[in-house]
Amino acid sequence: MTDRGNLPRGRAAFWLVVSLALAACDGDQSALDPAGEDASVLALLFWVMVAGAVVLFLMMNGLFFYFTRVKVRSQSRAVARWLIVGGGIVLPVTVLGALLTWGLTILPDHRQAGDGLRIRVTGEQWWWRVEYWPEGSDTPIVSANELRFPAGRRTELILSSAHVIHSFWIPALGGKMDMFPGRETRLSLRPTEPGRYRGQCAEFCGTSHAWMAIEAQVMPPEAFAAWLGTEARSANLPATAAAQAGMALFNREGCGACHAIRGTPHVGRVGPDLTHVGGRATLAAGRLPMSIEALQAWIVQPDRLKPGALMPAYPHLTRAETLQLATYLRGLE
Amino acid sequence: MTEHENRSPLPFPPSEQALAEPVPEDLRAAQVARLRSAWARPKGWRYWSSVNSSQVGKWYCLTALFFMLCAGVMALIIRLQLAVPENDLISADRFNQLFTMHGSAMMFLFAVPMFEAISLFLLPALLGARDMSFPRLSAFGYWCFLIGGVFVLSSILFDVAPRAGWFMYPPLATQDEGPGSDIWLLGLSFIEIASLAAAVELIVGVLKCRAPGMRVNLMPLYAWYVLVVGGMILFAFPPLIAGDLLFELERSLDWPFFDPTRGGDPMLWQHLFWIFGHPEVYIVFLPSIAITAMVIPTVARRPIVGYSWIVLSAVGVGFLSFGLWVHHMFTTGLPSLSLGFFSAASEAVVIPTGIQLFAFLATLMVGRVTMSLPLLWITGALAVFTLGGLTGVMLAIAPFDFQVHDTYFIVAHLHYTLFGGMIFPVIAGVYYFFPFFRKRMLSPRLGRWAFWLIFSGFNLCFLPMHLTGLLGMPRRVYTYSSGLGWEALNLTSTVGAFVIAAGFAVFVWDLLRPRRNQPDAPRNPWNAGTLEWAHDIPVEDWGVRSIPYVTSRYPLWQQPKLLQRMDQGRYYLPDSDEGARETLVTSVIDAKPVLIQRLTGPSWIPLVAAIFTGGCFIFPTFGLYWPAILCGLLAGGAILIWLWTATARPPRQAEKDAGLGLSLPTYASGPDSVGWWAIWITMLGDATAFSSILFGFFFYWTAQAQFPPPGAAHADGVAVAVAALALIASWALVVLARRTNRLQRVGRARAALITSTLCAGTGALALALAVWPLDPTAHVYPAIVCTIALWIGVHTVLGMVMQLYCLAGSLTGKLTPHHDADLGNVTLFWNFLALSSLAACAVIGIAPRLL
Repeated sequence: MTDRGNLPRGRAAFWLVVSLALAACDGDQSALDPAGEDASVLALLFWVMVAGAVVLFLMMNGLFFYFTRVKVRSQSRAVARWLIVGGGIVLPVTVLGALLTWGLTILPDHRQAGDGLRIRVTGEQWWWRVEYWPEGSDTPIVSANELRFPAGRRTELILSSAHVIHSFWIPALGGKMDMFPGRETRLSLRPTEPGRYRGQCAEFCGTSHAWMAIEAQVMPPEAFAAWLGTEARSANLPATAAAQAGMALFNREGCGACHAIRGTPHVGRVGPDLTHVGGRATLAAGRLPMSIEALQAWIVQPDRLKPGALMPAYPHLTRAETLQLATYLRGLE
Repeated sequence: MTEHENRSPLPFPPSEQALAEPVPEDLRAAQVARLRSAWARPKGWRYWSSVNSSQVGKWYCLTALFFMLCAGVMALIIRLQLAVPENDLISADRFNQLFTMHGSAMMFLFAVPMFEAISLFLLPALLGARDMSFPRLSAFGYWCFLIGGVFVLSSILFDVAPRAGWFMYPPLATQDEGPGSDIWLLGLSFIEIASLAAAVELIVGVLKCRAPGMRVNLMPLYAWYVLVVGGMILFAFPPLIAGDLLFELERSLDWPFFDPTRGGDPMLWQHLFWIFGHPEVYIVFLPSIAITAMVIPTVARRPIVGYSWIVLSAVGVGFLSFGLWVHHMFTTGLPSLSLGFFSAASEAVVIPTGIQLFAFLATLMVGRVTMSLPLLWITGALAVFTLGGLTGVMLAIAPFDFQVHDTYFIVAHLHYTLFGGMIFPVIAGVYYFFPFFRKRMLSPRLGRWAFWLIFSGFNLCFLPMHLTGLLGMPRRVYTYSSGLGWEALNLTSTVGAFVIAAGFAVFVWDLLRPRRNQPDAPRNPWNAGTLEWAHDIPVEDWGVRSIPYVTSRYPLWQQPKLLQRMDQGRYYLPDSDEGARETLVTSVIDAKPVLIQRLTGPSWIPLVAAIFTGGCFIFPTFGLYWPAILCGLLAGGAILIWLWTATARPPRQAEKDAGLGLSLPTYASGPDSVGWWAIWITMLGDATAFSSILFGFFFYWTAQAQFPPPGAAHADGVAVAVAALALIASWALVVLARRTNRLQRVGRARAALITSTLCAGTGALALALAVWPLDPTAHVYPAIVCTIALWIGVHTVLGMVMQLYCLAGSLTGKLTPHHDADLGNVTLFWNFLALSSLAACAVIGIAPRLL
């Protein structure tokens, strides 16, 4: 009843998309452009499974097409019974047996213990609290919304959440792990390629789930050690008059009730630690690239950029005031 | 065995001679007239008091279709919002409501009810029955579905819809402000109860309402699937209902089941939800396989190859589907051993699924295939479903799931399985069965248009999503930044979504356009072999003219004289001599006739009961507890009136002529009666829900270092012991009442019933006193103990109502030593209640002191 050309046309479309897929795997947040041991294994697993899936798909649909359109005459019952046994039992047992053997042997690798550095990440609504615990240290180096990893080392992540369930995921480095309130989960990652990668909360966590991203920077181990040393220091003192005015505004507006800036009296723990906020690549958990303008826009009305954000708006500040405040924060590198 | 069988051998199976005997013309005309008037559908506004499954099934199908279209429109808005990055077409909050409702409505208001709707409509015809055993229960289920569905869906119009995703993970959903979560919990629980009612109806229908001679191995495959899926609903929905109860207790009364600061655990919800949620996927998928199993032999013009393979595989899928739920929780940090086990189990389900698909292939291979519109849709279904199945195989490998879990890869996968495993086969079924539903044909030209639009639109929309997910796009984001490589993919998906919508527009237009001037369809347009094609054209409401004697799987192919004999009223129940609706009840395995079942006719009582039940669920969403309680009492009253006036009434004559020389009883109690089976099946579901709550207790024990917490107050030991003894005494007295009543000692039976009610009351009171001093808001331990006590308490009160109902029956002559079906059913209820009371008392009274 239908013309015969349609099914092959569908298949052509399939191949078109597959080739497009191959061309479009890169991206800062791509699982197919791996930059670490864990993600590489999973990408390989994926490509092998895709190849197998294409073969099986063509076989199943090819047989259906053959029996309904090409060879519609009645055929042997005995062969038909063998088809049920072969296709329904022998084939899946073989294929799945092999797949499970491989798939499950790589499972424990993702839970290996780390080489020393542990990073504790806590999901907040909608940002990430980050604490670096270098081996042997008993106080953490506190940061937020950005992660740095030493390349070639296995870093252990201890994950938890403050209110609702989130999920920690940096696709280029490895698989994801959920973060629960009142419970700790663990994940270990061994990034290999220095560079910048983007991650994003994967478990729906409320109004601004879409705006809960995290930047990950993989650095050569020496550079990482140097950076961590800087990160552990207290905040820079404001250098310019504008920045000094901004610091005064920070005090006046009571920002310290929620935010901490080490080396100042501000020790709030409700919002992200701002000690080195200006040194981060992005603002508000990946919402905007870090800049003075971005900081201004955020301070005036956070929930325009991130609906439901818990930080109050400061619409009463003049443009000049927000500029000063932003200059101060941008200087905290 | 019935009493009848003890006295004389049944003239069954009927002899060829008896079957060949002609029915006189004038008798036949009189029979037709009587049947027609007994089954006449009510006229005018009274039409809505109809209860028979051909009417209720039609409303059910159309309502589910309407809900699907609403959920589809939501999907289009979602796709529009995602067409370009940083779009501000709708707000984040609105988007979250939309995707939550899209998923919830498609699952709870379309996929499951559509199966029940189609089955309600088809099953009596497939089994050669006049109607199912509990027409008013079907009508009640339908009205609950309509009221609940409209309530839940309309919340989106008032901007108060649930917005935590269709699996409502706490603490996000428990902490959500506004009535959204309550609407989801109470509205959908209400619908789940209706779904359970329909499942009971369908299971009993398959077991007890088959045409004489239709042994289980001759049943149409569709009936087997109904049995499997009904059983799955029965065991899958109760854990969710139990979860809903805990969830709503936390929301309304602050009992901290999922609050980690007071010992609760959000993971318990995930377990309960997915113990429901994964079988749910197969509950949606298997009925479509069932439709395919009906279409394939017809287009191949051969009986199905591998009937028993298919049946065993369907049962196998049903069992396995309960052991896979953890694959929705691979990224929650469970031990590697669990992940490995559930990975393997998830892959194992490929085997029975594969057997079913290959059996269809084998049938097509041995047959001579005629291409038709239903087969075109099946072809599309196979292409889409195999792709979804293959990505499912990938996802079941836990490490791979770590990457793509909660991304657009999952969105693509689940739509491939649901379109391929539900939408396409159901539409194939619509084209195939439409001549049965409407006695007209659908347009082949529009059908091809609809197919190619939906098929190409679907692939355009969802195939790119696999890549979108691998490129890192999480699901449930209301928008996204540019520069991540997602723009073109999302725009393509949006275009695809609108092509699907265009296809549905064509399909729905063809389905609903006026057909007054169209000619009648041929009686058996596809030359199928199963009994539904013995339907009458033009339509008759009596189901079948006479109930055939079936000896083959494809009676219309293999019993050449069957159709003519059915039409001439040569088979069973060709008449309605009392002017009442009746059907045959047969034995479970080999379908020997055992009973002539009087069926209930049109009535408003199901609608009234559904309205009050609805009030009982809907008022609490707005914190209006007193009106809810009032509605609950009125609903209970309506149901009692319904039962009292229409069920298990002693018949006027003990036996009746069923045709072909067969005389059958008209009243049965115990396993011969359909009511007994319905109670049995319902109580299995009820016991499953109760077990889920007990599972919660032991879950907290395993998940926490110290449970019960040190120094916690326990339920009072003495009071718990008194409760256990009193409830067991009450059960023993019910059993005694049934025995003595049977032995004609009516006075003693009545005394036993009164005493049993008093014992039950004492038990309930003792249980309440045992947990009275506990503060369920303080910690999860007292909360779960109180919930267990509450569950038993409510059931005991129900049990007391039943005891008093039997007593009233005995006093008014409804319940006599011979007519004791009510007492038999109540005994069955109390058997379950006695067991669960003992379990409950052990868990709250003994376990905490040992743990």
